[in-house]
Amino acid sequence: MAEQTNATAPEALSDAANLEMLKRERRANNVWHKLTRNKMAVVGLIIVAFMVFLAVFAPIISPYDPNATDMSNMFAAPGQAGHLFGTDSYGRDLLSRIIYGARISIFIAIGGTIVGAIIGVLLGLVAGFFGGAIDSIIMRVMDGMMAFPFILLALILMTILGQGTQNVIIAIGVANVPNFARVVRGQVHVVKNEEYCNAERVIGASPARILFKHIFANAMSPVIVYFTLNIASAIISEAALSFLGLGVQPPTASWGAILSEGKSTLQTAPHIATISGVFILLTVLGFNLFGDGIRDVFDPKQKR
Amino acid sequence: MTEQNTGLLDDAGTKSGERILEVRDLKTYFHTAAGIAKAVDGVSFSLDRGKTLAIVGESGSGKSVTASSVIRLLAKTGKIEDGSIEFDGIDMVHVPERELLKLRGSDISMIFQDPMSGLDPVFKVGTQMVELIRAHSDLGKKEAYDRAVEMLRLVGIPDPEARMDAYPYELSGGMCQRVIIAMAVSCHPKFIIADEPTTALDVTVQSQVLSLLRGLQDELGTAILLITHNLGIVWEMADDVMVMYAGRTCEYTSMRELYSNPLHPYTWGLLDSMPRLSDTAKTDLKTIPGVPPDLRLTGTCCNFCNRCPYATEECHRRVPELKEVEPGHFVACLRQDGEHRLVRGEVNHHE
Amino acid sequence: MAKTIIRRALQTIPVLLVVVTFTFVLTRMIPGDPAVTMLGPQASPDAIETMREKMGLNEPMLQQYASYVLGVLQGDFGYSYSYNGAVMPIILSRLPSTLMITITGLVLAILVGIPIGVESAVKQNTAFDYIFMVLALVGVSMPIFWLGLMLVLTFSVNLGWLPVMGMGNAAKGAWDVVSHMILPCLCLATIPAATFARITRSSMLESINADYVKALRSRGIKESVVIWKHAFKNALPPIVTVLGIQLAGAFAGAILTETIFSWPGLGTLIVNAVNGRDYALIQGVVLFSAVVFVFVNLVVDIVYMIINPKVSYEGGAR
Repeated sequence: MAEQTNATAPEALSDAANLEMLKRERRANNVWHKLTRNKMAVVGLIIVAFMVFLAVFAPIISPYDPNATDMSNMFAAPGQAGHLFGTDSYGRDLLSRIIYGARISIFIAIGGTIVGAIIGVLLGLVAGFFGGAIDSIIMRVMDGMMAFPFILLALILMTILGQGTQNVIIAIGVANVPNFARVVRGQVHVVKNEEYCNAERVIGASPARILFKHIFANAMSPVIVYFTLNIASAIISEAALSFLGLGVQPPTASWGAILSEGKSTLQTAPHIATISGVFILLTVLGFNLFGDGIRDVFDPKQKR
Repeated sequence: MTEQNTGLLDDAGTKSGERILEVRDLKTYFHTAAGIAKAVDGVSFSLDRGKTLAIVGESGSGKSVTASSVIRLLAKTGKIEDGSIEFDGIDMVHVPERELLKLRGSDISMIFQDPMSGLDPVFKVGTQMVELIRAHSDLGKKEAYDRAVEMLRLVGIPDPEARMDAYPYELSGGMCQRVIIAMAVSCHPKFIIADEPTTALDVTVQSQVLSLLRGLQDELGTAILLITHNLGIVWEMADDVMVMYAGRTCEYTSMRELYSNPLHPYTWGLLDSMPRLSDTAKTDLKTIPGVPPDLRLTGTCCNFCNRCPYATEECHRRVPELKEVEPGHFVACLRQDGEHRLVRGEVNHHE
Repeated sequence: MAKTIIRRALQTIPVLLVVVTFTFVLTRMIPGDPAVTMLGPQASPDAIETMREKMGLNEPMLQQYASYVLGVLQGDFGYSYSYNGAVMPIILSRLPSTLMITITGLVLAILVGIPIGVESAVKQNTAFDYIFMVLALVGVSMPIFWLGLMLVLTFSVNLGWLPVMGMGNAAKGAWDVVSHMILPCLCLATIPAATFARITRSSMLESINADYVKALRSRGIKESVVIWKHAFKNALPPIVTVLGIQLAGAFAGAILTETIFSWPGLGTLIVNAVNGRDYALIQGVVLFSAVVFVFVNLVVDIVYMIINPKVSYEGGAR
């Protein structure tokens, strides 16, 4: 008997997997279809795609070396001397720095969000699935973390870790953990009591299998929405940290760092702060529009 | 049968001053992105003081839109395209919004289907009643409060002072509907529109609410426009009946006449789909096959032709007019206005 | 309801404990010897040792923690060496100026954002709605410090209307105080105003389309009363939730805003403390803001129960 069960198991599993694949494919098509019908989401997607394009192809499209100084050409206004966006206090080409800045800023934002998502999702899954004391402890710690203003928490983490791209990612990631944990835990509570989980329990599936196969898969949509919207706020967080002088190390160009330099030269060269800020604004706007669009697709009830 | 058809079209003018509502050729259309839905497409009826007219039909027949049109309470997309509505000498189609506000809630009251959603969930019952009474009178807070308590007592709510402090969710459905009826009559309306007033209630509560309405009507001399899909309620409440289907009138006559001599095939269908005490357990309840037509496409044929077992080719080509086939009995059916009357249950030779 | 409120209040105790512990652990993790930071790199090892002793840094970690918690319970947040005084009085002396701009900013945001949200919902899909919702979307996507810089650039550098830095002096008249407050307040108000407009609109859309609104209209209640009294009260819970988030997050905004406008509040205090490695002060401000956050949340939840009677009726479920 035991052999028989073993023999049929992989087959059944692969059938289930196939079905799952099919289901997912269908849902993906559907999501894509709905998303492209939402004009605002499409605008968001175009902005995001453009910024990601800048980031990926920075070395090819930037007209100058972003760190090459030109002391004869300091504070050139936009359009002067072949510099579309002008130059900064070291005569560096602002356009090139903005293009490379897209790289750093988006990388940090996505990286930080991924770090936060991985830790947060795991904690949320564990808390939601096991409940009881484990749940209480994890969630009270998360509540405690959430009590610190986000920027303050990141600020202190940066003080502890020291400056640098990697540390900014960690700081933003850690500060994001509680939000993800909360979202996932709430979702797990909903999914956990659904019929199919009970069915799995009845046929004797192990808790780990239920956790990862069903709950994880079904709790994912709010996480995807939250993930997208979180990238938007992470871009602002990176800029804020750099603005306070606790972000990436100079001369690395991130949008926040450029904006921070622009602050001190606001009177002589206002274009530096203005342009870098516009890029931050546009990117955040793009991710927000896109995230709102995804939310409307996943959860039509929440639609404005 | 002359004494029952007081509200019918034929005797317009014979009892002037008794007439409270006169609707002629009402057309209410909804302008949606997908096209124009002719929710009400040329409906006429009238109602006398103290009487009850029931409009019967399935969901989507336009009966609720007809009722809402009377007090111009339509969704943004809805518009009265044509026709006249005269209430107590007032042209309801053209009366300014400001005047309309005064009429609504005082001279005309409306009772909706779901009692729970007839009250604002976050204000106490008393607050809402006092607000309504003060909006339509010069009473002070104290007097309005006393009036509200008095009204609650009138509709048979025990311990009305305590109920004044309750939130709607703390009351049962039947109790809520009583509160709403109390609000509806609190400014002595001449006319009440009751849109499926008992559909959401338990059967026992239903009959209590209906007898309450009838009692209040006798006491206050209020006219009632009753919207329902339930013919049982019609037999119990109505003086006259109008059967609507897909935005048009099928049949319009007195309740007794409709009961004893229904003429429109759609009315037959409604009657057949109604459970009866005399039925044995074994008789199947009949339903009308098919679905109502798309309201954007109506107006070229009899709206019921695709579901009508008696439909002829002509029914698919021509819109039937509402005609008085017997005294005080109006029917819109091509097969009922000629010499050769249909017999209910007769097998259609075309099928 | 009293029971629910008490239960909710008791939930803050473990959170506060976590907050205190966190603050302690975080500050201990900041690298560098605070005694060295205090005395400078040229200080003799003896002097440093004396300082460490004085600051209690030589005690075992657990003992440091215990004395820290005990101190906090008595309102003792430690001693700031850079300001040469107890932390709590320093925080309290800076608090009013931060509250001045954050509260004004939030009130401004409410007064502007909520009416816009309500109007947009009432006028759904009109030009008014589209214009303000696009503006609101830009508003929520804006980095606050960039907004601050743009305000400075426009109103101070280019137009020369308003001062850039610092707090006004009451001795120079009311205008001096007000003119210094305008830009920081605008800066702090804009993003919350956009957030309020968005949440108010979406919440109002839901309540405007509810059946009871039609019932109210059928009773001849004035449209303004239907919208502002009935629909608005029903739409309030999510708005209050967002208000709580904004209130609690106002300090984060204040940190950046105060830095831009050199406003002498808690924000500049914490940035100075971080730059000067003033452990006790960092610890104090962080703990203070977290405790305020916890209590603000508590108050918001209680308000939530009061305005939405059904919540407490259904056992406080959110």
